[in-house]
Amino acid sequence: MFGKLTLAAIHFDQPIIMGAFGFMIIVALSVLGLLTYFRRWKWLWTEWLTSVDHKKIGVMYIILALVMLLRGFSDAIMMRTQLAIASGGSHGYLPPEHYDQIFSAHGTIMIFFMAMPLVIGLMNIIVPLQIGARDVAFPFLNSLSFWLTVAGFGLINISLGIGDFARTGWLAYPPLSELQYSPDEGVDYWIWSVQISGIGTTLTAINFITTILKNRCPGMTLMRMPIFTWTSLCSSILIAVSFPILTVTLALLALDRYFGMHFFTNGFGGNQMMYVNLIWAWGHPEVYILVLPAFGIFSEIAATFSKKRLFGYPLMVASTLAITVLSFLVWLHHFFTMGAGADVNAFFGIMTMIIAIPTGVKVFNWLFTMYRGRVRFSTPMLWTIGFMVTFVIGGMTGVLLAVPPADFVLHNSLFLVAHFHNTIIGAVVFGCLAALTYWFPKVFGFRLNETLGKCAFWCWFVGFYLAFMPLYAVGLMGMTRRLNHYDNAAWHPYMIVAVIGAGVILCGIVFQILQLAVSIAQRKRTRDLAGDPWDGRTLEWSIPSPPPFYNFAEIPVVHTRDAFWAMKQEGIVPSRVPQTYIYMPCNTSIGVIIGGFSLVLGFALVWHIWWLAAVGAAGILASAIAYAFDENRDFYITPDQAPLLEELHSVTATAR
Amino acid sequence: MSVNPLAFETIRTYPYASRAERAEEQVHQDSAAQTTVLGFWIYLMSDCILFAALFATFSVLGREFAGGPTGRDLFSLPYVLVETLCLLVSSFTYGMAMLGLNTFKRGDVLKWLAVTFLLGLCFIGLEVKEFVRLVGEGAGPDRSAFLSSFFALVGTHGLHVTGGLIWMAVMAVQVGLKGLKASVSVSLLCLSLFWHFLDIVWIGVFTVVYLMGSL
Repeated sequence: MFGKLTLAAIHFDQPIIMGAFGFMIIVALSVLGLLTYFRRWKWLWTEWLTSVDHKKIGVMYIILALVMLLRGFSDAIMMRTQLAIASGGSHGYLPPEHYDQIFSAHGTIMIFFMAMPLVIGLMNIIVPLQIGARDVAFPFLNSLSFWLTVAGFGLINISLGIGDFARTGWLAYPPLSELQYSPDEGVDYWIWSVQISGIGTTLTAINFITTILKNRCPGMTLMRMPIFTWTSLCSSILIAVSFPILTVTLALLALDRYFGMHFFTNGFGGNQMMYVNLIWAWGHPEVYILVLPAFGIFSEIAATFSKKRLFGYPLMVASTLAITVLSFLVWLHHFFTMGAGADVNAFFGIMTMIIAIPTGVKVFNWLFTMYRGRVRFSTPMLWTIGFMVTFVIGGMTGVLLAVPPADFVLHNSLFLVAHFHNTIIGAVVFGCLAALTYWFPKVFGFRLNETLGKCAFWCWFVGFYLAFMPLYAVGLMGMTRRLNHYDNAAWHPYMIVAVIGAGVILCGIVFQILQLAVSIAQRKRTRDLAGDPWDGRTLEWSIPSPPPFYNFAEIPVVHTRDAFWAMKQEGIVPSRVPQTYIYMPCNTSIGVIIGGFSLVLGFALVWHIWWLAAVGAAGILASAIAYAFDENRDFYITPDQAPLLEELHSVTATAR
Repeated sequence: MSVNPLAFETIRTYPYASRAERAEEQVHQDSAAQTTVLGFWIYLMSDCILFAALFATFSVLGREFAGGPTGRDLFSLPYVLVETLCLLVSSFTYGMAMLGLNTFKRGDVLKWLAVTFLLGLCFIGLEVKEFVRLVGEGAGPDRSAFLSSFFALVGTHGLHVTGGLIWMAVMAVQVGLKGLKASVSVSLLCLSLFWHFLDIVWIGVFTVVYLMGSL
């Protein structure tokens, strides 16, 4: 009846797991309780959950990402404290079998459920506004993508309490992840949570490529698009091309595990190295999927806060495109030690070093943008400068790792761990945090507290260096990654510094939570409904904050790059009262329903509850068909209703 | 299901009151149709990568027989030829349905969709029969890496065709209920692209798996 699922799957005897799971349940229950107490269920359902508005979907993505940031960061703190204790004879407080789940969950969460939703959430909010569109090309598909991501999010959080998570690292290399060596449900949780959310991500990419190619306002040629839109386009292309490879890889691993097939097994002709090749043919583009939008964010911020147009726009576009192509030609540098031979390793080593060229072009473009500009050191600009310093270091250690002989020594060491945290935190996390500060007033109509934002930045910045520079050192000293305990006393001091660094980052996160709370409390003081708090350059700043649900009362006509800056120079004030027909999509609950059935399907597959899996699959199919018969998908606003709408918008905006 | 996000009543949905509104609707539908088709093309290209990964897998594992049966032992080329003809002819008949759509003949569209559906069903039936035979002969997907990759590639194509058949049935009902209105036409066009795409993938499967496998 319940497949492999029994009460024994819940580890009542493990205080740490039960504590974390209990805490999660208490938080969830209190949110549900508050919603009930304030009678907000209907509001939540009609205004948010069923919404197809790209801005609201973006906000929901970001909330999801921030929740997962807290969970992934808790994992990080646990690992760092473990390693600070578990030196010499001590084995620390985390048994290896729990520790293995923690580092696997940390990587999976931070990439798939923190960084990806954060980047996609920002793309959702910003891209349609930057190109002068009323929504994305396929608003329902957007909602569906989001709810598939939520289904994956649900599955990975259920794994915290019910059963175990994978002990195989974030990419679950076989043969360890095969049934023979990982017979329990951990790897299945990993497969299905990543698979379901990955399909959502692919659909998002298709949506955004189409949006950017088709929904630009008149006059916005490709070479007039804001850089963030350019990087979102390239990132979406990378997703559309690379995520199907991930889908196949996960499916083949699942076939091995569920049907005893032999893709990656030891015997019967299986080939484990094919898995490693396939997963990195997705995995390396993935890091550029994350970092390209971050590059776009820094470009926007550097130009706005230097009061100059971006230096070298065509080069910036060219380097983005170059990285898009090159990112598919370097995957083998993740496993130089496979033994592919000197020629193959040399090719991939050289391609990897070549990627540093377009990246370097970008760094110089940002520097020249700032050069002789009137630089304002507001929080977003601090993140940008912090990024430039940090990312260059991460890039240089990357070039070092790209040299195959050096990689043979450093492979799987903490030097590598330090390198990719250096680039991902330094670029993706700093970029997204900068973006949150920069675009927050656009979405909510008031600014975030500047002092607390700066405190958060300095804690993150200093904390990052304290936490990860020691890892470079111990990596060179020979410490490998994923160690549970060690007996080399020379590594211990570095581990102590690293845990202090993690603590300083924790202070940064606390400052950010405080910043949000204080900013909401003081929102009347920093309110900006006019919509242009930073003296912005691109179209999203030309409309009120928060934007009306149709974004642009009149679709703008663009004659140049930095379209809004040009309008301000020429004294053109965009109309805020709709004059023509506005065509908008209706909200729909089908996305939520399909997401729910996907969660059921994933859970049933993890626990081999076949009847429930059939229910989930049938539910997905039936909902999709029901949507096909839904005729009432769009509605119009006619010009005579416009004044009423405008009034409605200003009333609700002020009431917040 | 779908609801208008604005509760207040002055916003109309259907029907459109004035000629101006109908004109707006027409302009909008034309551009929406173009956008949908472009989006669908991008989806197909993404799906193409999915098949490329499966073909790559087959290329790596296609000779790993693990002492089990080989392609030459298992495949019957005349049988696969019949399968192939079913699918290729179904692409042609779908083209006939699209011609019916262009001339706004609902009866023609339905008739040719039915023929296409039956041919697709024959294809799937033959494929399932082949799979059952292979498993019965002890050449199931768990026998060797070659057979794993064979079943994964051919099976994924078969699942796509099955999905296409379900979609086609839904479209036939829609054509019957709603007629050849704009939203239905766009979906028929996308399904057409999908169906021809599966045909092209099958030619790859036929060549790489069956012809080269029988050498």
